[in-house]
Amino acid sequence: MNIISANKLSLHYGDFQALRDIDLDVPAREITALIGPSGCGKSTFLRTLNRMNDLIPGVKITGEITYHGEDIYAPQVDVTALRKSIGMVFQKPNPFPMSIYDNISYGPKLHASLSKSELNDLVERSLHGAALWDEVKDRLKKSALSLSGGQQQRLCIARALSVSPDVLLMDEPTSALDPASTMKIEELMGQLKQDYTVIIVTHNMQQAARISDKTAFFLTGDLVESGQTDQIFTLPRDKRTEDYITGRFG
Amino acid sequence: MNTKNKRKDIVEKTMQGVFFTLGMVTIIAVVTISAYLVLNGLPAIREIGFFEFLFGQVWRSTGTDPSFGILPFILTSFYGMIGAIIIGVPIGLMTAIFLAKIANPRIAAVVNTAVELLAGIPSVVYGFVGMIVLVPFIQQIALHFFGIPSGANLLSAILVLSVMILPSIISVSRTALVAVPRDYEEASFALGATKMETIFKVSVPSARSGITAGVVLGVGRAIGEAMAVMMVAGNVSNMPELFRPVTFLTTAITRELSYASGLQRQALFSIGLVLFCFIMLINIILNFALKRGHKG
Repeated sequence: MNIISANKLSLHYGDFQALRDIDLDVPAREITALIGPSGCGKSTFLRTLNRMNDLIPGVKITGEITYHGEDIYAPQVDVTALRKSIGMVFQKPNPFPMSIYDNISYGPKLHASLSKSELNDLVERSLHGAALWDEVKDRLKKSALSLSGGQQQRLCIARALSVSPDVLLMDEPTSALDPASTMKIEELMGQLKQDYTVIIVTHNMQQAARISDKTAFFLTGDLVESGQTDQIFTLPRDKRTEDYITGRFG
Repeated sequence: MNTKNKRKDIVEKTMQGVFFTLGMVTIIAVVTISAYLVLNGLPAIREIGFFEFLFGQVWRSTGTDPSFGILPFILTSFYGMIGAIIIGVPIGLMTAIFLAKIANPRIAAVVNTAVELLAGIPSVVYGFVGMIVLVPFIQQIALHFFGIPSGANLLSAILVLSVMILPSIISVSRTALVAVPRDYEEASFALGATKMETIFKVSVPSARSGITAGVVLGVGRAIGEAMAVMMVAGNVSNMPELFRPVTFLTTAITRELSYASGLQRQALFSIGLVLFCFIMLINIILNFALKRGHKG
């Protein structure tokens, strides 16, 4: 079942066209990887899914993105509710300059007034969800900035989980991390897909091959090819996909 | 292998010396001023008596039976500062937020120019406008509601000071808000926060130390201002009340210095010393109070 579908999606930054007629279906509770060289539009596409591009002046979007069958760019859509359902993890770990606890409780407190014990539960659950609880349970009041890069990124994942989304967008979540932290996050993603739909942008083709169920290859604003990850990496239909995954450019 | 270039070496060493010397100038200035104030300020305090000087309520410097109590000046400066903070800080901070996060670039440019102009206006002009426009206006209010026939009072001074501290609060806070990493704000938006929630729960707390610096700078100006205050405050040594003519620590010095002599003159130096300590104390307290809890 597809949870998100893009139909004829185009995006312009002023005069520059960053995405051209993208058609892509994202299946629920799977990991979809978006790959392609720098500037191909994969991050831009990711950011259209939770309307983060709205924040940039001069962006024009045409076409349609549906989430549970509803157009997310329809005028009556509540963007904050959309972003609550479609969480995001960024390339650079970006915890707030607050305590670990406050980082996690920030989101839930925006949307509901919760009791102290409800918040405590939620913080614990979110940190468990991001496989970070055991490492930080004794120092929840410490600054999030005191954590290592890998821990910070898992904290950001926990923060995204705290508002109970059903989709997680990840924009090159491991590109700023060391191999050991990267491995931990990849393992975590394997667990996350049991409960969440994950869409990940990655520069790293091995990563896409290792963790994703479906892969979409972007090139200069076009979606060249998308399909099951095995098929894309073993039997690409398009010559450009083959050239990219075999390392001939990128 | 290259031999050391002697000439370059000498230039390097000389420049280092020049920079060091120039850096020392500031330190020398601070030390000299502090020493001068302490040396000249202490004798009168010793003669008048520490408590009589600080907590005396009557300042009668020229009578046959002189009395040198500066409590009215201290309280006036304190209330004046609090008043300017209460009015100026919210306006300044909101303007800074507007400029940094909300206004479209064209409007922001216009407001920015206005802020810069405000910063460039000499204090005597503030005083002048205050005297011509504000004081008569306040006088109407004072007369109408309280039957007091004077507009040159604490309230007028507070209003003038509130406007005078705006530029430093706005420009320093704005810079701090602009410097908040975009990452923090994006993370907040991505969790479903609205723009206002993001500004007040993420951007402002992250810019806290810069905003503090702006407020401290503004407050420093408010406490230290003499000229504009002199022109609108009435300059009577009353205990402070909003609609009474009052004298600030600064104006107590300026209004008498030109003709003072003997103990009176020494007492003015002592007021200077008190003002100096007062500003230091306020800076320390503000820094402590506003930055506390910053490291979450």
